[in-house]
Amino acid sequence: MPREEVENGRDDMLIDGNEVEQRRLENAVPEGFNADYLKAYYGKIFPYADIFKWLSYGNDGKHPGCDHSYFGRREFSFTLDNDIYLRFQSFNTASELENAIKEKCPFKIDIGPVYSVDIKVPQFLCVLSLRGRQPSKRHAYSQGGDNVFTPVEKELVFDIDISDYDDARYCCSGADVCLECWPLMTIAIKVIDTSLRDDFGFSHILWVYSGRRGVHCWVCDGKARRLNNEQRAAIVDYFRVYKGNENSSKKVSLVGPALHPFLVRSYTEVLKDYFEKRLLSSQNLFLNEERFEKILEMIPDESVTSELRGRWLSNKRSREEINVARWDQLKNLLQSNKQKGQGLRRCIEEIVFTFTYPRLDMEVSKHMNHLLKAPFCVHPKTGRVCVPINPKNCEEFDPSAVPTLSQLLGELNTGGFKGEGDSEWDGTSLGDCVRYFRESFLQHLLKSCKEEIETSYNAKVQQSRNSISW
Amino acid sequence: MEAVRSRRKSLVSTGVGSTLPLYRSAPPLEVRLEDFELYAIDRLRVLKGISDALSRGKKPDEMEKLVLDLWKTNMRHQHSSELLNKDIISHFVLRLVYCRTEELRKWFLSIETTLFRYRFRDEPSEIQRALMAEFDLPYKAVTTAEYESVKEKLNQVARAIGQPITTDAIYYKVPFEEVPELVAGRRVFIQKGNAYIAMNQSDLFPTVPIPVLAVSHSRNQIQAEYDEFLRYQASKQTSPQVASVTQPNVHVADNTYACVSQSSTLGSWVMDSGASDHISGGFTSYHAVSESSFESTSADKQKFQFTDFRKWTSMIREQEKDRLVPIIEALSTSYLGPDYSQSREHAEISLKDIDQIAKSSFPLCMRHLFEKLREDHHLKHGGRMQLGLFLKGVGLKLDDALAFWRAEFSRKVGAERFDKEYAYSIRHNYGKEGKRTDYTPYSCQKIISSTPGVGDHHGCPYRHFSEENLRTALTRMRVGNRALEDVIDKVRNRHYQLACTLTFEAVHGSSCDAGVNHPNQYYNDSQRILESQWAHGFSHYTSCLSMYLIFAVNQLSEEFQQPKRNNSFNVGQYRRVASLV
Repeated sequence: MPREEVENGRDDMLIDGNEVEQRRLENAVPEGFNADYLKAYYGKIFPYADIFKWLSYGNDGKHPGCDHSYFGRREFSFTLDNDIYLRFQSFNTASELENAIKEKCPFKIDIGPVYSVDIKVPQFLCVLSLRGRQPSKRHAYSQGGDNVFTPVEKELVFDIDISDYDDARYCCSGADVCLECWPLMTIAIKVIDTSLRDDFGFSHILWVYSGRRGVHCWVCDGKARRLNNEQRAAIVDYFRVYKGNENSSKKVSLVGPALHPFLVRSYTEVLKDYFEKRLLSSQNLFLNEERFEKILEMIPDESVTSELRGRWLSNKRSREEINVARWDQLKNLLQSNKQKGQGLRRCIEEIVFTFTYPRLDMEVSKHMNHLLKAPFCVHPKTGRVCVPINPKNCEEFDPSAVPTLSQLLGELNTGGFKGEGDSEWDGTSLGDCVRYFRESFLQHLLKSCKEEIETSYNAKVQQSRNSISW
Repeated sequence: MEAVRSRRKSLVSTGVGSTLPLYRSAPPLEVRLEDFELYAIDRLRVLKGISDALSRGKKPDEMEKLVLDLWKTNMRHQHSSELLNKDIISHFVLRLVYCRTEELRKWFLSIETTLFRYRFRDEPSEIQRALMAEFDLPYKAVTTAEYESVKEKLNQVARAIGQPITTDAIYYKVPFEEVPELVAGRRVFIQKGNAYIAMNQSDLFPTVPIPVLAVSHSRNQIQAEYDEFLRYQASKQTSPQVASVTQPNVHVADNTYACVSQSSTLGSWVMDSGASDHISGGFTSYHAVSESSFESTSADKQKFQFTDFRKWTSMIREQEKDRLVPIIEALSTSYLGPDYSQSREHAEISLKDIDQIAKSSFPLCMRHLFEKLREDHHLKHGGRMQLGLFLKGVGLKLDDALAFWRAEFSRKVGAERFDKEYAYSIRHNYGKEGKRTDYTPYSCQKIISSTPGVGDHHGCPYRHFSEENLRTALTRMRVGNRALEDVIDKVRNRHYQLACTLTFEAVHGSSCDAGVNHPNQYYNDSQRILESQWAHGFSHYTSCLSMYLIFAVNQLSEEFQQPKRNNSFNVGQYRRVASLV
């Protein structure tokens, strides 16, 4: 037997096999996630240059108004294998960032705020292990000099997890997600994205698949990055409708004689259709007694609920459109109830909101110094890459089709050639994701960053001229 | 020494003949030692009165009278010319005292905002207008054409927040960041980053956008001061003895800084207004830090100023040891209210008592968390923080706390995972990890404003429970029928702390005059009552409790004849009482 075959432990069958098939098999990489895969990914595919460009916000240019210390004041933190957590990493250049990631091979990269001063000082002393054995060396930092160390900028971020919707879905629970419940994320993207653009006037918004069970949102406009904590909390509260905790049966409470225009728009443009055309049937919301009781609980009128309950219990034959039929009955009865009027009609909206409205992890958004996982990381549990999602066609996004680490490595092996672009990712299925990131997000962002730098520089020059002439 | 020289400047004019100052900058005047303290205390009386009234659920019209009366009674001065000075000085002294922590700052801001609102409303309309002009708000009125295009939306918001729809209103466009309160409550229409605010809404209480708006300016200022304070906190670590806070005037570039320094060993404040020159330079360079083109020069300047400044503050602290320091210490301790980060003297609880104490003396929010923990052997982060810090305040020592949480969590996630993932944050709460802050237990205000989500059990039951669940919980606490209806009534009117106070009174059969402001205060008051009932025998005790309890106690009384069979809790209680008496 030829030597190489002994080494590879293959049997004879494959040698005789079809050559193409053989190559495919040779290149296929077993599913999974491990440090070796990750090393290869960081070595060949991870788009360092784009991440650097993004987080520099135009300050890496040659314009005299550029702040060259900007990127270096940004906190990164790495979660290594074995839960070792390295906070306060900072890098001055794209290559420093690249070398550190390649060397440390972090399982997770988090992005924190931009600080007032270079955070290099704490870097050597803030090696925290989750086991807490590490003594605090903050004291060392405290003697480090006159630096005042406070966060000054951070993207406005949102984190939405499907596991927070467990009482609104029946297909999966916990961290699991499937195509039946993923539309809940689509709804969240549509509602929040529209409001961020139309209401708050932001335009540089990046949505990212979190790799497993949800989505992240990065609002990158200069104005958003400089919001203080109170303003961040105000935006989160503006979005907050869902108030469910474990001790309250009514998860959504829409009070007042009318709804705020933001809620009306969300309802008519997104929630209602998704509820009636998708979730009602896909989640079988009225399928059996247990499920429809949960909905009847939200109607405060005993006569209405008992009438509906009676009708549904007596008519148990399971039909394809049972959910739609029951929903229609419920709506008709609530709408026709003239005396009770608006209070009952509001119930319809409350039910729809309960099963569709976005549920944000509020704490993540409220504080400038909260860290969030970087785009293009790989989720250790799923092996999937945290790819950007285009909000314009987010309904087409399929989490189960997101490239996995092993798939990408396989493609690299198969390709063996470079794509037309400058990087290895170009030939892989990550190519489209990076291209989207560049063309639909980064280019526009950098254009307005340049304008902003130009404007503030001119204003500064003007100001100093004035003070001189005075 | 020159720290407090008796140099008087004329009144800071508001320019409009109003008695309502805008507190835009610290006063360029020096303060006499006794005024410094007395003014601040007088103002604190006003703020405390407002705060108490709010937590007791006073209605807007009652509040109006109360606030103005409080003001008139406490903020008098024998020379009418000094009234404005007193107002301004006291405001700034308290502002400095209260920027210590975010919690205090929030309290101070919200009460000052309320005060400002009522005083603003009390001014005649031409003064109001003049004040508005004084603010010089850079906002544009919405043109008629634009108004027409958004009219429907504006009316929709008006209906949503229950305000009459007005057709002749003048709307102003304000960047949404300037009115966070209105944004948070969805009480304003926002489009492309601008909030639309009607000017004539100002005379509608309690949705008074104008004062909110006006106040938002000084709020931002205080926020900025607070940020500066944090920076100094950071820089404090560079010099072990002394840190300092100054008042940067964010909007007006003049040199009127007051200076307060804090000695980190005493935790108290020293004020000095003669030192402005030293600090103002330091501050200017601070703002330049973020502007790269000036960075190199500012760095040198900064360093120089700081050495200079440090020398000065350390001197002052030494010199003022006997004069200003005690005053400030008194100000910041006796009037700020306790933060319950340290448990009461001698009050330690041991693990074996904890179940019984939870039943007898925990407020509902903590009792609920405690029971859920026992039941599920798990609590999510918000619950762990709320209960964990409370227990710390109650007197549970770190080792006991670790044992307590481990015992529960290990049944759910295993001891190993507990040690790996959860123990750290418990040590952290006790100031043994991370930045080593000794965290303070959550106040009612903080708990009420929390936002429990799926799977969460923290928060204020009176606010976050459904009525049905709340009724069940209260019944389990043996709150009688009539009291229960009273509690629910308060809840419906959103007086959550008042509801808790009524619960306390119902459970303890004893009045709670101060109201409930802090779960640990609830606990301490409860323990005090139980102790005194112990000390005075059962006569008082029984007369205060419901028939059911009398029966129960009588049944138990036989057991009390045999002290050996008593559980340790009662013995411990008794010992504590003895030490008190």
